[in-house]
Amino acid sequence: MTIEVKNIVKKFGSFAALDNVDLKVDQGELLALLGPSGSGKTTLLRIIAGLDWPDAGEVLIDDEDALARGASERHVGFVFQHYALFRHMTVFENVAFGLRVQPRAIRKDEATIRARVKELLDLVQLDWLSDRYPSQLSGGQRQRIALARALAIEPRILLLDEPFGALDAKVRKELRQWLRSLHSEIHVTSIFVTHDQEEALEVANRVVVMDKGRIEQIGTPGEVYDHPATAFVHGFIGESIVLPVDVSGGSVRLGGRPLNIAANGAASGASKLFVRRHDMHIGPAGSGSLEGAVRHVRSFGPIQRAEVALSDGEGKTVIEIDAPRDRELQAGEIVSLQPRRYRIFAAQD
Amino acid sequence: MSIAVARRSSLPGFGLTMGLTLTWLSIIILLPLAGLFLKTFELSLDQFWGIITSRRTLNALKISFGLSFLAALVNLVMGTIIVWALVRYRFPGRRLFDAIVDIPFALPTAVAGVALTQLFAQKGWLGAPLAELGIKVAFTPIGIFIAMVFIGIPFVVRTVQPVLIDLDVEIEEAAASLGANRWHTVFRVILPSLIPALLTGFALAFARAVGEYGSVIFIAGNLPNVSEIAPLLIVIRLSEFRYADATAIAVVMLLASFLIIFAVNRLQRWAQTRIPAH
Repeated sequence: MTIEVKNIVKKFGSFAALDNVDLKVDQGELLALLGPSGSGKTTLLRIIAGLDWPDAGEVLIDDEDALARGASERHVGFVFQHYALFRHMTVFENVAFGLRVQPRAIRKDEATIRARVKELLDLVQLDWLSDRYPSQLSGGQRQRIALARALAIEPRILLLDEPFGALDAKVRKELRQWLRSLHSEIHVTSIFVTHDQEEALEVANRVVVMDKGRIEQIGTPGEVYDHPATAFVHGFIGESIVLPVDVSGGSVRLGGRPLNIAANGAASGASKLFVRRHDMHIGPAGSGSLEGAVRHVRSFGPIQRAEVALSDGEGKTVIEIDAPRDRELQAGEIVSLQPRRYRIFAAQD
Repeated sequence: MSIAVARRSSLPGFGLTMGLTLTWLSIIILLPLAGLFLKTFELSLDQFWGIITSRRTLNALKISFGLSFLAALVNLVMGTIIVWALVRYRFPGRRLFDAIVDIPFALPTAVAGVALTQLFAQKGWLGAPLAELGIKVAFTPIGIFIAMVFIGIPFVVRTVQPVLIDLDVEIEEAAASLGANRWHTVFRVILPSLIPALLTGFALAFARAVGEYGSVIFIAGNLPNVSEIAPLLIVIRLSEFRYADATAIAVVMLLASFLIIFAVNRLQRWAQTRIPAH
């Protein structure tokens, strides 16, 4: 099933939660809406679900006007951050709810409903909990039940609002992988909202990066990470070093001193140089375009993270760099730095 | 063992507060009740049985408990609707209505009784049109019922209100996204979640109505066997210096109330295990 969102505008008072948003989701996709809080991602999801209404714009589900229908008629599965399970019902009845409230004409008989619920509980691997109440489950289990409940109505699309936001880091990680494998099994067109870039990059086929009610970039996880379209995306996804530079006539200067890098067609004027922490090459003093003193080194896993105070006159600019551990850095050492891969964006971005 | 644990607790003062609690509850509640029971022992079992099975006593108890039950039921339904409107909608005067709910709490019951009697008397604002329809409210059991509804309503509203406020709007949205219409959402999702609070509100309104005296006696007419409530019968017996008779009726009321509250409590406990607060 496809989803198409056209020119959606939604205002809360004078605050534009969504500012002319266009989005197309293809059949069977697992799409992530990624952005900081207040970026409008949850509002967009709720509008698609029919839980909120836009001030202007169109929502088409399978080329059919979705705004003409309320949430209960859209046949859209929705999973809430805080599960929203019915606490007076057993796990079984929670999952069965969507089947039991169907109009009499299409409602299945009891045996079919039971079989279907059993099947779904098997799918989320929690059939052994069917007689428990939600309060007796862990957070991760509750969210899996919430997912089973949403899938019970055989939704045309599945929407998940920060589905793992309330869980601890380890459970989160497990559920991420589980969601991805579940999606490849059932293949329902899905959108999930997250503020966690790692989650978005790891789970989704495509990532939509949002900020201040606008879409900044749409692309595969690789594209948004390696080729960020805007300064916001570069800063939001992955850890970046940001340095204020001046571009003039193809040369790049930091604090008046020229850097030995190409402007790559960046327009002249005040700009920002973005470099990933691990894209900054560390060499012996005098070998690169930047120089600095190592102030502090922390080593963990395959990398060492060094705090380097740049010798840009006052030594006030301190950046963090991830270096491989093949050469141990020492605090106090003077090193030179050379960006291997970088992007330059105009400063007003 | 438990005292040893309490001593090592980071909250000092267990001994003092526990002692005060027990002493206070004994003086304020248990001692008067014990006195009540002791007084009835002045009667032989036959006398006791004679008093409580006399026609007038039985009728008074029936009126008190029966009408209280009905009034609590009406309060349960109306109170829930009022809570819904107060919590879910924003309308002009909402805070005023919210405050009005508390009036029966604050009003001296005699004042309420006089006001209701005026209103429902044959020439009162509501009494006159009702009389034309052939319905007589003041000085009949209907009057008692109305007084009981009046004093019971805040108990239901104030018990259910915070629970409905806490009820997550998300569960309604979840129900809607699963295809439930309003009817299903209200009767399968919202009301069942409120059951423990509804039971508490009902029990409180009921208990208050059983014990109500001031507002009822003005409007009741107090005809023996017809519109005489049990608390009034107790007062009458006392004024006749038949103290043992009075306490016998009181003991029956006490036991009946206790049984009913106990039953509601069990029901509530049962509902609570199924619907924990969080």
